[in-house]
Amino acid sequence: MNRFLDVWRHSVLGRHLLTALVGLAVVVVVLESVGDFRALQLAAMAYLGIAAGGLTVLTGINGQISLGHGALMAFGAYTTALLLDDPTSSMPISLVVLASTAVALVVGTAVGVAAARLHGPYLAGATLALAIAVPGIALYFGSFLGGEQGLRVSLPDVPVWALDLEYLLTGTEMSRSQYVAYLGWITLIVTFVLLANLARGRVGRRWRAVRDDEVSAELAGIRLGRARISAFMVSAAAAGAAGSVLAITARLAAPSGFTIVLSLTLLTAVVLGGLGYLSGALIGAGLLTFLPPFVTRIGGDAGLSDIRSAELAPLVYGLVMVLVILLAPAGLVGTTRMSLAGRRARRQMAAAGAASKTGSPATTTHQHDSSDEHDPGTPQASGPTTPKGSTR
Amino acid sequence: MNTALGGLTLGAVYAAFALALVLIFRSTRIVNFAQAPMAMVTTFIALTLIDAGYSYWIGFAAALLSGLVLGAVIERVVIRPVEDKPEINAVILTLGLFITLHALAAVIFGNRFRSFPAPFGLRGLEVGGTTIRLTTSGIFTIVAVATVMVLLLLLFRYTDVGLRMRASAYNPEVARLLGVRVGRMLTLGWALAAVVGSLSGLLIASGGLVHPGYMDSIVVYGFVAAVLGGLESPVGAVVGGLTLGLSLSFVSGYLGSELVALAALLILMLVLTLKPGGLFAVASARRV
Repeated sequence: MNRFLDVWRHSVLGRHLLTALVGLAVVVVVLESVGDFRALQLAAMAYLGIAAGGLTVLTGINGQISLGHGALMAFGAYTTALLLDDPTSSMPISLVVLASTAVALVVGTAVGVAAARLHGPYLAGATLALAIAVPGIALYFGSFLGGEQGLRVSLPDVPVWALDLEYLLTGTEMSRSQYVAYLGWITLIVTFVLLANLARGRVGRRWRAVRDDEVSAELAGIRLGRARISAFMVSAAAAGAAGSVLAITARLAAPSGFTIVLSLTLLTAVVLGGLGYLSGALIGAGLLTFLPPFVTRIGGDAGLSDIRSAELAPLVYGLVMVLVILLAPAGLVGTTRMSLAGRRARRQMAAAGAASKTGSPATTTHQHDSSDEHDPGTPQASGPTTPKGSTR
Repeated sequence: MNTALGGLTLGAVYAAFALALVLIFRSTRIVNFAQAPMAMVTTFIALTLIDAGYSYWIGFAAALLSGLVLGAVIERVVIRPVEDKPEINAVILTLGLFITLHALAAVIFGNRFRSFPAPFGLRGLEVGGTTIRLTTSGIFTIVAVATVMVLLLLLFRYTDVGLRMRASAYNPEVARLLGVRVGRMLTLGWALAAVVGSLSGLLIASGGLVHPGYMDSIVVYGFVAAVLGGLESPVGAVVGGLTLGLSLSFVSGYLGSELVALAALLILMLVLTLKPGGLFAVASARRV
């Protein structure tokens, strides 16, 4: 147990790997206890989460906005569809996902080089143009890319080892939907560990420095262009992996799946959860997956037609997006963290204030106050010192 | 020849839309990505009136008027609070508005395609026995955009309000010291821009089909047109709009309509990399 705590405290990679293991365990428990419908929903949450995670790195950590991530997902999805065009293809699925990631990475590099020179609204406009342009490419090369109908994705059989493992663990057969969901979530966990490590490490510090103050970053020897391009590449790669999982989940790669709406949806997930927090991207993806059916049902109960109530979900996203920016720009995770940190800081200040006021014989009071600090359950119980300190 | 004429008509519409973007960018440093859905909503208001039996022109006027109100309300309620926040907040905000208005229109007006009447004929004019592709409606489009341009020019150049608006856009602090109600001028700027945007929405819709997403790609073309002109200059926006309309019309005629958006992207990237200040930039852009 102590060793675990040691790893948790001192090694960033170790902490991320431990979190990933816990996450994997949760995924296994959840996926084993839900039916096929929920499993596919969870797979959808996984691909939204992967893409939103990539976008979080780009927008939240590096400060570049992209409305073209839906288009980058299209490159991943079409690659997957082309590689999995007949059920007898023997290519391992992990290789397919990797190849899709690589294709999106190449495209993302090209876009990133151009984007590195653009700022704020210019960058948003350029990537918006990308989101509008890409579905047209699929239509133009209709004979190769299937035109409006798109390309079917034929999922190869569940590998024997996975079937065996499932039988060994639970004594049941693994369904295809479950297999797809596992695929999505394992991809998500791998992506998030990689992204989290990048974001915490030296590269991430550079990205943040460029976001916060270009001039100081440049003075500190950071190459702005290189930092921006690398952030774009990383997030494009994540979008490619997400597109691949999307194609496998939907068994289809079609232009109608990658409209501007998808790109805006991804941005909604990132803003909702909190710009810059990977956990926020995951929460955002979850909301985007599970909120629509819920809101649509409410609309149906209120007497709206099916098509109209289906539009209630985007209405809610849009409103929430506006409200989050106006009221809590840090998003769900950011706001929660800030209020927790704020409370802690206030309590520390209260303790310090009490100590300094009473002078040197107050060591006992100080100890008394700091013991309150470890008792988050009774913030009111810390006596009259807290309100006094907080007004400072 | 026919391609060029079609491009000119289209270019006039892009120009109007780009003009709306420029009006807002000049005064508030925000690219209003919600411009397209705002125009779409007002077009639907016009369509509802026309379907209810009123004449085309009543619908037209109602759309422009509702544009005015919508623009003012959005500036006051949503945009004002983020004025001195980081750029990215404003961008995300207008995108949130984009989604909201889009979905709201779909809930209220339905999601299907509906035909929108044209004010004038849609048949090509006959010149010396051959039919050219310039329609009466096309001429109306060009005349309407030209009228708006002239009106805006007169407003900015020769009226007191126009002068105050220019002052607030150029240097809000100094304008405020001189007694200009800068906030009001910004609201007015947004309202005017929304009117121009509504006009472009009506012109695109006439004789065609409308549904909540019919303007979505226009925001991109309008943006490209505005960037061609440098995002700051109304005249640049119009020239950019016409240039873009012509080029895209040729792409659509010779290469295929699927590639129009891709061509717009390429033009945008080319302009932004070679001349980031726009084709018509005189002084280097002010960086804040």
